[in-house]
Amino acid sequence: MSGPSTYEPKTGFTKWLDQRLPIVRFGADLMSFPTPKNLNYWWTFGGILAVCLVIQIVTGIVLAMHYVASTDDAFASVERIMRDVDYGWLIRNIHANGASMFFLAVYIHMFRGLYYGSYKSPREVIWILGVVIYLLMMATAFMGYVLPWGQMSFHGSAVITNLIGAIPVIGEPIKIYLMGGPAIGDPTLNRFFSLHYLLPFVIAGIVVLHIWALHVPGNNNPTGVSVKDVKKDALPFHPYYTVKDGFAIIVFFLLFAFFVFYAPNALGHADNSVEANPLQTPAHIVPEWYLLPFYAILRAITFDIGPIEAKLLGVVAMFGSIGILFVVPWLDTSKVRSMRYRPIAKQLFVLFVVASIGLGFCGANDPDKFVFKFGPDKLVVNYVDTKQVAQVSPRFDTFEGENGAQQFMRSLPESSGASISISEEGFKWLWLSQILGAYYFLYFLVFLPLLGIIEKPKARPPSIAESVRKKHGSVPPAAVNPAPVAAE
Amino acid sequence: MSEHGSKAATANAAPAGETRRDFIHIAAASVAAGGVAAVAWPFVQQLGPAADTKAASSAEVDVSKVAEGSEIRVLIGGMPFFVRHRTAAEMAKAVADDNVPMRDPASDESRLVKLPDGTYNPKILVTSGLCTHLGCVPVGPAQGSVGEFGGWYCPCHGSHYDTSGRIRKGPAPKNLAVPKYEYASATTIKISL
Repeated sequence: MSGPSTYEPKTGFTKWLDQRLPIVRFGADLMSFPTPKNLNYWWTFGGILAVCLVIQIVTGIVLAMHYVASTDDAFASVERIMRDVDYGWLIRNIHANGASMFFLAVYIHMFRGLYYGSYKSPREVIWILGVVIYLLMMATAFMGYVLPWGQMSFHGSAVITNLIGAIPVIGEPIKIYLMGGPAIGDPTLNRFFSLHYLLPFVIAGIVVLHIWALHVPGNNNPTGVSVKDVKKDALPFHPYYTVKDGFAIIVFFLLFAFFVFYAPNALGHADNSVEANPLQTPAHIVPEWYLLPFYAILRAITFDIGPIEAKLLGVVAMFGSIGILFVVPWLDTSKVRSMRYRPIAKQLFVLFVVASIGLGFCGANDPDKFVFKFGPDKLVVNYVDTKQVAQVSPRFDTFEGENGAQQFMRSLPESSGASISISEEGFKWLWLSQILGAYYFLYFLVFLPLLGIIEKPKARPPSIAESVRKKHGSVPPAAVNPAPVAAE
Repeated sequence: MSEHGSKAATANAAPAGETRRDFIHIAAASVAAGGVAAVAWPFVQQLGPAADTKAASSAEVDVSKVAEGSEIRVLIGGMPFFVRHRTAAEMAKAVADDNVPMRDPASDESRLVKLPDGTYNPKILVTSGLCTHLGCVPVGPAQGSVGEFGGWYCPCHGSHYDTSGRIRKGPAPKNLAVPKYEYASATTIKISL
């Protein structure tokens, strides 16, 4: 799609350089890259993500100059950055909130791709490289969260490394090699620091491949209709999209700055302001918000299937929920890219977004607590019957009175060890996470493959130029593009 | 086989099929793969526990210092262990529940280790301090909750352990592990990882 290079070196030096290292030509070709003229603001998140990566690398390099990777000193060194290092508070707040902003942008970018079918032929490799970047981001963020050596750092990483230990046969050795000892400690902290520094550069490398792969077929666009006439359908990247992306980046910075300056700890967890203590687990271990949906899927599996234990199944479901993204291009059988023209898929996609966000809430809440209660709390009596089996009484409305719990208690023998407790009944977060988790997998494994066969897509515009003209009130052409035989 | 290759090899082999050059390719690739594996070995092995980490993997504990009804928590190589001095009621409850249906059935006695004289000291119960669900540290008598069965309660995902450290309720699949330990004397135990 890029076509022959249009760069003409003008000065003597650029002519000389162009013969030897055509780097100016490379940049000029990137800037003049033909880009569909109808891209909307959902397409600006690629640029926003590039900025996020640069921000994380720059702030991270600075923080590494002050941070000490040792279980004795790590927590104090982070406090020193916050209190004593000039502008350390600013740089660390940018780095910590930058991770959240990075994930916010990447989720919008991924949903964009899922809605407009950007993963479909011929863009499968762009999508797969994107999933690789996303996986690396999660690994980097996880290891970065351990470095401040707070309570949540320590116990969160203990939970995750234990997950790996749940994998049969190879899990336990991998866990030991990951931690460098029997438990999370100095060796773990040091290797996490080393890898946390390395992985962003690996991400940058994959981003180069991601953009390279993008520049072979060119951008997808909101209609999903391929560029047919570069002159009519496309515009040069610069100045049209440098300006559009630039504007979006500035708006994104407003949100970023709000968190950095006004709510720097809103996305964090209070427990991480307490230094790690291996002997005391925080009451409620939760990962950072961007990992919560997967944490919810992990905890949703509370049942064994045959000989496979619930714990292992949960781990499989969690990794499966991410791994499934790799094969999305082949699970979606529809030839129509954009869901604008897929009436059923569009609705199921909205539900998918709701389910994903809902899973995030499930991950943040105690699975045994209630989304809503069925009615007022009641009283029950716990006791041991004559066969020494623990029993729970029916539910009582009141303590005293005719049908009260007290009366029931008095009717029991002294040896029953009766005690009263409050009985709550309601819709558990666990059940919600099971329903939403099931929908997550159904969407990819059943709906996407099936819809390509049963869904009748709406008429699509014949070209990008026509779709833009129609939108702006010019005379629409009579021709209507029939459903394609093969992906365009 | 490329055009060039088959011409060069005419004198020694038929154009199709295996050639001496194929053998050289395979041999060279094998040597390179062996070299990569040999270099990879130390780079993987360094990830494992270092000698000093392994050396710090056992400790002796004086159990006579643990007051009745309480427990102490010992960290060995970063791993927490519980040493609990059980009350008479707790011991009785543990034995009474031996035959109650459980997820991971075990008698109370099977979770103890013999003293040097061959008898048991059921007062002292030694277990791992890691919940078998996802490795949180359960809370005990000193932290204000012992769960519904009087032993330990894991606040992370709600596992209840009884006074013998057996899993009775909640998501954990196994009993609190009994670590490798022995009585060095009647009052001293040596716990090893």
